[in-house]
Amino acid sequence: MEIGLIEYLSVSAVLFGLGLFTVMTRKNAVGILLGVELILNAAALNFVAFNHFIAGGVSGQVFTVFIIVLAASEAAIALAIVLQVYRNYRSIMADRMTALKN
Amino acid sequence: MPPLSAVAFLALAALTLGSAGIVAFSKNIIHSTLALLGTFMGIAGLYITLSADFLAATQILVYVGGTLTLILFAVMLTSRIEDMKVSNPQTGIPVAFGLTTVVLLVLGKVATGTAWPSEAKAAVPSTAKLGHAFLGEFLLPFEVGSVVLLAAMIGAVVLARRAVKRTWEKE
Repeated sequence: MEIGLIEYLSVSAVLFGLGLFTVMTRKNAVGILLGVELILNAAALNFVAFNHFIAGGVSGQVFTVFIIVLAASEAAIALAIVLQVYRNYRSIMADRMTALKN
Repeated sequence: MPPLSAVAFLALAALTLGSAGIVAFSKNIIHSTLALLGTFMGIAGLYITLSADFLAATQILVYVGGTLTLILFAVMLTSRIEDMKVSNPQTGIPVAFGLTTVVLLVLGKVATGTAWPSEAKAAVPSTAKLGHAFLGEFLLPFEVGSVVLLAAMIGAVVLARRAVKRTWEKE
């Protein structure tokens, strides 16, 4: 059995699907953030796989470094917001944050 | 006996997707968060098989050492221990299942309809090339990235700190 590009793409697609499912079904805000991390990792894996099998060079890896940088800053900001929401609502369930409704 | 690289790929893929399944379906937010560790480790291993050794180290350092610890802190600070058992409820499962299936079908159709090169390529180290790319062709985005990180750090500190009441506000 030879491991080509399509095997990596399959892993990445399933990872993306699981991340999408997590983002759509979770009520816990931190759970939603976990799903976002899964999606970002799936995209990064795709970049590295295409870089290795097709593009050559390192441009795909440069993209992945920026994905990691942005994911880290996104997680820090999102968790700060989650902490503030918890302070105000005593809960981080996404269906309880309805202050802007109506 | 399949070659060693195929065995390594299958083991890493199983680790990645199995942990991602726990992240997606566990009822306990702590289990979800800790399962994310397996996903990050598996992805780092896959990076090594794709000749991205620097990225594998970065993945472990940044995600496992930074992001995951941060998320665990947020979980501990926002969930009461006694209702930890069902701390990660799910809603709208049929809709999400349908949409995910559709997305996966489209992705699968595109992936199988395109003629990809299917031969395996040997993994070679690429850290030196990546360093040259960052200090040459991609210098400006690299510096902008560091500014983004600094801004995000300051923003997170400002957002997360407890508002201090000054003496003139209390009066």
